[in-house]
Amino acid sequence: MNFTEAVILTIIASSTPFVLAGIGELVAERSGVLNLGVEGMMIMGTITGFATAYVTDSATLGFIAAIAAGMVFSSLFAFMTLGLAANQVASGLALTILGLGLSDLVGTGFVGLNRSKIPSLDIPGLTDLPMVGPILFGQDALVYLSIALVAAVWWFLYRSRGGLILRAVGESHVSAHALGYPVRLIRFGAVLFGGGCAGLAGAYLSLADTPFWGTGMTAGRGWIALALVVFASWRPWRLLLGAYFFGAIWIGNLHIQALSGSLPRWLVWPPQFWTALPYLATVIVLVMISSGKDRSGAAPASLGTPFVPDR
Amino acid sequence: MRIELEKRAERSRLMALVSPLIAILLTVVSAAVIFSLYGKAPGDALYVYFVKPLTSLRTAQELVVRATPLVLMGVGLSLCYVSNNWNIGAEGQYIIGATVGGGIALLFQGQTPFYAVPLIMVGGMVGGALWGLIPGLLKTRFNTNEILTSLMLVYIAERIIDYFVRGPWRDPAGLNFPLTANFDNTLPTLFRRSPIHLDSIFAVLVVIAAAILLWRSLKGFEIRVLGEAPRAGLFAGFSPQRTTLVVFAVSGALAGLAGVSVADGTMGMLQIPFASGYGFTAIIVAFLGRLNPVGILLAGLLLALSYLGGEAAQISLKVPIGITSVIQGLLLFYVLACDTLILYRLRVTRSEAKVV
Repeated sequence: MNFTEAVILTIIASSTPFVLAGIGELVAERSGVLNLGVEGMMIMGTITGFATAYVTDSATLGFIAAIAAGMVFSSLFAFMTLGLAANQVASGLALTILGLGLSDLVGTGFVGLNRSKIPSLDIPGLTDLPMVGPILFGQDALVYLSIALVAAVWWFLYRSRGGLILRAVGESHVSAHALGYPVRLIRFGAVLFGGGCAGLAGAYLSLADTPFWGTGMTAGRGWIALALVVFASWRPWRLLLGAYFFGAIWIGNLHIQALSGSLPRWLVWPPQFWTALPYLATVIVLVMISSGKDRSGAAPASLGTPFVPDR
Repeated sequence: MRIELEKRAERSRLMALVSPLIAILLTVVSAAVIFSLYGKAPGDALYVYFVKPLTSLRTAQELVVRATPLVLMGVGLSLCYVSNNWNIGAEGQYIIGATVGGGIALLFQGQTPFYAVPLIMVGGMVGGALWGLIPGLLKTRFNTNEILTSLMLVYIAERIIDYFVRGPWRDPAGLNFPLTANFDNTLPTLFRRSPIHLDSIFAVLVVIAAAILLWRSLKGFEIRVLGEAPRAGLFAGFSPQRTTLVVFAVSGALAGLAGVSVADGTMGMLQIPFASGYGFTAIIVAFLGRLNPVGILLAGLLLALSYLGGEAAQISLKVPIGITSVIQGLLLFYVLACDTLILYRLRVTRSEAKVV
């Protein structure tokens, strides 16, 4: 494997959590719910996945447990915002604060332990092809799953009746309610889906990307996944594209720092600049997207507004 | 059986006062459950966490020290939230305030003119205000989501202070630890040998000023109207853009003041890691205080207790420090849940036979 292949492989690995968490949040937001708790759900997935996989010695069980943890955590948020019509922004923040603390409590006993990475698929013949082999056919299963998930969400939102209803609920919950659709139930489902995806994204970090657990190891990735949804204008394929872009920036600073000896002088910046780059890029991208005049990229009209059905 | 929300005709005044108390009670009960899951006797653990920090003069003063930045930032954030501007990047504004103020303090090393400390404080406020204005400006100019930009700026601020303290400002005599020299010009303490610095007085003054601003001035009325009924505010000729910039600048300045006070008072230097999470806790302070300056003063003291209690629990009960965020997160959940009671009445209905 040469250097370029290695770089592309690490980019794909670091992009996958963004794809997973982003696509889940996209569905939740399309139903009109803004869940700012992605970081909290994600880190709960990170520790639950690692702890389960470590104890049972099964990565599959780890991933399943992480999805469950994300869903349980998101149902807390759903209870607050859908059941009690609480403020979505503040409830999402509460979820993140709680998740960061709880993951530390649960994870204390797991600090410093190691597992081996989940294996990448290895298709004899195809994987051995130069360049395209390892990149197209040598990834771990979650990478393929994440792309399949994006395709499935796209199909669901734009090609199925359920997706049409979900989008309608996100655009106007009052009209959807008047038409007899169970607004809160649909939103509950969307929030749970988002939670499960965030949990899975978290487990990818601790089981595939870097196979250990460390306090606060999501490091703001959940927040970037939220920005990604805005970047994607709430459209699945654009989200996939954006996730790979952010993944490249996220991992790029490591590669640049590794190369720092042989870089041209004008590229030798303090390391803090490179580690700040993903966040800086997020701000710049958000500005570019938001200032566009393209109305088709607007947020779902009911996004973030509470709904209480009157009888 | 189903529980339903029924909208009240008007806000319940009683619930507005009682709901934070219910939230606190629920948090204490949850804490007891968590401690017993950890195999600790809940009664003893609750005593260590919530009561013991209040029993000595030394820790009671420490409580005031911790509450001060929380109150300063909580008041600023409440102005943002009342006007429907979601600044959640107070942590970044806090860091930049400390960085700018700390930089000025380093300029004055070796000399102690009377104006040095005021200049350091003003520098910190200006730094925080400018950092806060970035998401405000991006929101008003480009319609950018201020939640995400203010938050991203926290991570960027962390890298900025990291650069200066590890790089140009590192104390050569500091044995290679990432910290600056001890400042020669530090914020004076209130009494001799007290850990409480002058900034606690600032916090009280800020609470009074904010109460007057919100309830007795036209600007305060403007802020409240634009938050609650933006269209009405527009018809009244109020400018949402200007208000957004004002509240971001003010809350940034207050967060900056909090940061520079911690750096130039409590610590007397800059060090890495500097961030404390106070900027996020201040969000809880603002909500628990019902976005009301006086409530925020009380909420700041309570959240300060959650830090001291968490540290006490870590030392004497061997519970991980994450317990602090868990209790803070639960408290915010309960506050938000109980807030529902102000606008809605809970009604328990029998489930009707299903109509086929």
